[in-house]
Amino acid sequence: MKTFFRTASNEAKLLLVGIPVLIWTLLPIYHLCLFAFSDKQSAFSGALFPAHPTLRNFEVVFGQKHYFLHLFWQQLFNSVFIALATGALTLLVATSAAFAISRLKVKGGRTVLNLALFTYFIPAAFLAVPMYRTMGLYGLLNSQWALILAMVTIASPYAIWVLKQASDKLPYELDEAAVMDGATPMQLFRLVYIPLMLPSLVAVGTYAILLAWNEYLYAFLLLSKDTQITLPVALGNFLAADDSPWELLMTTGLIYALPPAAMYYAVKKYMVGGLTAGAVKS
Amino acid sequence: MTTASLTDSASLGATSPKKGLSAWQTWGIILVTPYLLVFAFFVVYPVLYAFWLAHKPESYVHLFNDPIFVRSIWNTLAFLIIGINLKMIVALLLSGFFMNERKWVKALSVIFILPWAVPSIPTILSVRFMLNPEWGVINQLIFRFTAEDGPNWLNDPQLALFLAILVHIWKSLPFWTLILLAGRLAISGDLYEAASVDGANSWQKFRFVTWPSMQQLYLTCTILSMIWTLGDFNSVYLLTGGGPADLTHVLATLGIRYLRLDQVDLSMATIVCALPIILPLVYVMMKRLSK
Repeated sequence: MKTFFRTASNEAKLLLVGIPVLIWTLLPIYHLCLFAFSDKQSAFSGALFPAHPTLRNFEVVFGQKHYFLHLFWQQLFNSVFIALATGALTLLVATSAAFAISRLKVKGGRTVLNLALFTYFIPAAFLAVPMYRTMGLYGLLNSQWALILAMVTIASPYAIWVLKQASDKLPYELDEAAVMDGATPMQLFRLVYIPLMLPSLVAVGTYAILLAWNEYLYAFLLLSKDTQITLPVALGNFLAADDSPWELLMTTGLIYALPPAAMYYAVKKYMVGGLTAGAVKS
Repeated sequence: MTTASLTDSASLGATSPKKGLSAWQTWGIILVTPYLLVFAFFVVYPVLYAFWLAHKPESYVHLFNDPIFVRSIWNTLAFLIIGINLKMIVALLLSGFFMNERKWVKALSVIFILPWAVPSIPTILSVRFMLNPEWGVINQLIFRFTAEDGPNWLNDPQLALFLAILVHIWKSLPFWTLILLAGRLAISGDLYEAASVDGANSWQKFRFVTWPSMQQLYLTCTILSMIWTLGDFNSVYLLTGGGPADLTHVLATLGIRYLRLDQVDLSMATIVCALPIILPLVYVMMKRLSK
């Protein structure tokens, strides 16, 4: 009996932490969903549950039946394109660099890695201002490539670092065996390195895609034409109006938030592994 | 044949002086070049350009005469000192909670990561509407229960800044909790067992086992989080837009505000004014990392 009370009180103590944490975490997300599934009147009345759940908002968004949404599909496509291009370019740049530093032991590789990580000592919003100006000088402003390149710049250092950590763990005998069989560095890269690094590549690619998909500030600065902007910028533009259609804004926001959440959970195993490996080391 | 290959592979990666650069070094340089180009064009050049644009002394005179700028320095410091420390302490405590092996705690940890996994803009706008004085759910509830109007949350500069800090915490708490959880998991269980044998209570276990092992990680995380939070534009911009009356700006949103007003020199000067905050943090960070 005594132990029963003890476990019960332990459980209660845990719940006392767990329940507030759950509410705190889900409140803004629940509110977002509530708006997406309610009509305007019920959403604005402060109801805690949708009295008459409706898919009407989704119909309006997918049918582009509102002034703010007339380019919804185009902007969704822009977000997809920019995210995928960032993922692909980051993988290309970071995998090559990590291979050169970790396996080919290129001279000065350690310095390159440290320089790369230095990028993260510049707060994002502070780098954005000069980046905006230099993109103008390079003639890239108002081109989606400006945003893609900016995102690759921010994603690469972490990507190189994670890939280097992972590739340091591959046994060196593999390279020796490949060389003995007469492999050139590029064959080693393609036939041995890439296949073995696949799990890390998935994690890094996902990281870069999520980074670009979720980015607001750089997208908002570097893109301005309605046909070029990504979904978050379009959502920000909603606010410019006095009578913003909040229920549509939230619906679009929910649609926009779902892919990264799903993707995160799909590759969570790799992501968390990569993250924590680094954390404990530092 | 075998011996020859072995000596060859032994010098793998090292430059052979006879042939100049070995094939390995040449390929290494070729493969590292794309990143070096990205770094040169999009990090080094913009940074140098920023310093060049920020060289005019009159920009600084203008800045320090601008009450919005002075206010945003105080806001930034409040954001960093109150916000980050609050966040890291909660993260440290929560990482202990998530050490629990119960199934529902594990399930909760999966949900807990959501704020970090979803993009900021929909969730911050969701909070913004919740706080709407007329239509927001919070004030409607206050009205329903007390028959009185709730506060005009985002119209009070201090309250609005505090709410922006809370939004920031909401968004980045899961990330830091996860990192600190990894730190806790790395502590050997033997230490806790030994402490139990010696009759330590849970506070003593934290004080003499957990904290000494976590201290370094905790400080590194705090410093990193401070550097990154200086660049947090979304929490303030999307919640308050810098308002009311530009009283809730932080240096990050103020820099962008000047940029939007086509005052690039002022924008760069704002960033340079943040250097006294950034440089010591980076210096400490570098010292820790090079250890």
